[in-house]
Amino acid sequence: MSPIPQNCQGRDTPSTAGRNWIRHLGHVLDYVLLTGIAFVFLFPIVFMVISSFKPSTVIFRDVRSLDAFLPTTFTLENYDRVFARTNFARFMFNSAVISTVTVLLSLIVNSMAAYALARLRWRGQALVLTIIIALLTVPFEAIAIPLLFLVNRLFWPVLAVDGGNLTISMQESWLNTLHVQIVPFVADAFSIFLFYQFFLDIPRELDEAALVDGASPFLIYWRLIVPLSRPVFATVAILQFLFRWNDYLWPAISVQSEKARPLTVGIATFFGQNTDWGQILAYASMITVPVLIVFLLFQRGFIRSIASSGLKG
Amino acid sequence: MAKSSPRRSDAIYGWLMGAPAFLGVFTFIILPFIIAIALSLTNARLISPTAPEFVGLGNYDRLLSVTILRLNPLRDEASGRLLRDSEGKLEFPRSRSILRSEERYEGFFEWFTVDIGDKRYVIAAKDPVFMRSLRNNLFFASVVVPLQSSLALALALLVNQRIRGARLFRTIYFSPVVTSITVMSVVWIFLYNKDAGLINQFVNCISAGQLGSVNWLGDVRSAMWAIIILSIWHAAGFQMVIFLAGLQSIPEILYEAASIDGANARQRFWYVTLPGLRNTSVFVVIITTIFSFRLFTQVRIMTQGGPRDNATSSVVFHAVEEGFRAGHVGYGSAISVVFFLIVLCISLIQRFALRNSGGE
Repeated sequence: MSPIPQNCQGRDTPSTAGRNWIRHLGHVLDYVLLTGIAFVFLFPIVFMVISSFKPSTVIFRDVRSLDAFLPTTFTLENYDRVFARTNFARFMFNSAVISTVTVLLSLIVNSMAAYALARLRWRGQALVLTIIIALLTVPFEAIAIPLLFLVNRLFWPVLAVDGGNLTISMQESWLNTLHVQIVPFVADAFSIFLFYQFFLDIPRELDEAALVDGASPFLIYWRLIVPLSRPVFATVAILQFLFRWNDYLWPAISVQSEKARPLTVGIATFFGQNTDWGQILAYASMITVPVLIVFLLFQRGFIRSIASSGLKG
Repeated sequence: MAKSSPRRSDAIYGWLMGAPAFLGVFTFIILPFIIAIALSLTNARLISPTAPEFVGLGNYDRLLSVTILRLNPLRDEASGRLLRDSEGKLEFPRSRSILRSEERYEGFFEWFTVDIGDKRYVIAAKDPVFMRSLRNNLFFASVVVPLQSSLALALALLVNQRIRGARLFRTIYFSPVVTSITVMSVVWIFLYNKDAGLINQFVNCISAGQLGSVNWLGDVRSAMWAIIILSIWHAAGFQMVIFLAGLQSIPEILYEAASIDGANARQRFWYVTLPGLRNTSVFVVIITTIFSFRLFTQVRIMTQGGPRDNATSSVVFHAVEEGFRAGHVGYGSAISVVFFLIVLCISLIQRFALRNSGGE
């Protein structure tokens, strides 16, 4: 066995000292470059958050110097004004409900479908799988307009207590509701696909052992497959949450009223009616910072999940 | 008996457990897709008292028709000499009067003109806004795809080094990806402000005041670039992590073997890293291209397709303007179908490119 060359170089020769020096310089330059790029990626976010605590006059004064990135003054005035002038809490509530309910339903619905596709044998299975995979290429933008046409003609049951009697009436059109932002996004071809791939890799012997014990397919799914599949559940949850929380196109066309408005449409509207940048940046910070904190806490899961979403499209 | 009974229960459970998802996928993806094709053949409106009428391929004709007109320069009627304007340029008849007067040009509007020699060619389309939007998407893709992909590769190589803090830098570069592009579009409007925006402050600082303040979003020449810069900033970290996954899948032993053979760092990059990233690169290029064609939010928030002459309009933006704002669902659906076909072509190219590499 020949030793690897770099390991047998002498350590104390002058030429190595020179090389070390170059290596150190290289390291320093590396860090300068890494930090410079980090500044480029961070400055809009840092500027947004820092400025949200300054009155607009101070923001406009500070942009002339590096003060733009320093907390030269601190006031919560902008945040107060946002809450006073808009229904911010309502929009935040809407966004939270839309995102969480979609995530929860989609974890159940899509994982069950993927289980049926990956682990059970039934007629039409191959065809359904082919269709699901084909649908991965359909971007939402391609169906947004006809979907709008469709949901405007759908009915939604409304329960009401009328003189002691429980009555169900049908409300026409899904526009301007929370469910129009939830129901169409629960079943998701990409989530099914992610679950499907994960379930395929779980050894089949486990199912068969459970089958011998008399467990039904649903019980196997619930007791065996779900507990083994935590990572893929996390991935789907993170992706669905981000897609819903950050979505703008769909609520912008399907929701006009304040009642069901989410934060993204909220800030777009607020920006359209407002020229006070301190308040706009406070609004922007309140949408962005919670997600950034969750990201920093679970960054490994986030990055892995989003990298896997590269398969989409 | 023992073999068939689990199968029968498989079938029942298979359909039962799959039903909610299959029903959802059918109702909210497949059905709208079928509706899109059906509506695109009609003049349907979002809210209309009258039933939609079948118009055949009329919407597609309007969307895709392009024609070329050749104009001769104007001559002085008495002397027959060519007329020139105050700058000495040839004068031409107005294209609009010709497009309006001749029947074969009915429905056409000027898109752009090209002067070749002493002739002027007018390229006219039935929907110049769509053509302009398509051109904008192509321009956007032609800048963003190479720039963002190579930037993402460079970032991935930087943070893939075994140095202290690499993970921190990876997290920082990735953080814009989890922010909402809607919010960031609003924030960047301020950054792009002509007088108070930080971008112009940097430009002034770097160029020592030599470059004047750019009116980023208010100037037709820079508005698309402003959207491009924001888009790259927002998404580069995403492609970076895909490249990182690709880098980490290259077996370490290949690098060791190359080192033993005396390859230096540059040679290892060219002969080990790049070939190892071939599939990842195809993949990144394709998804970045598809993302480029899905451009919508930045345009809607920052420029509304402007500042003028539809300088930043995109295909999806035009579809929403027509199908939603103007309520022309039929026409908007036709744009959606064409948009889907574009994305489908890009996906098929990806499949073809990846299949070819598999055979090597």
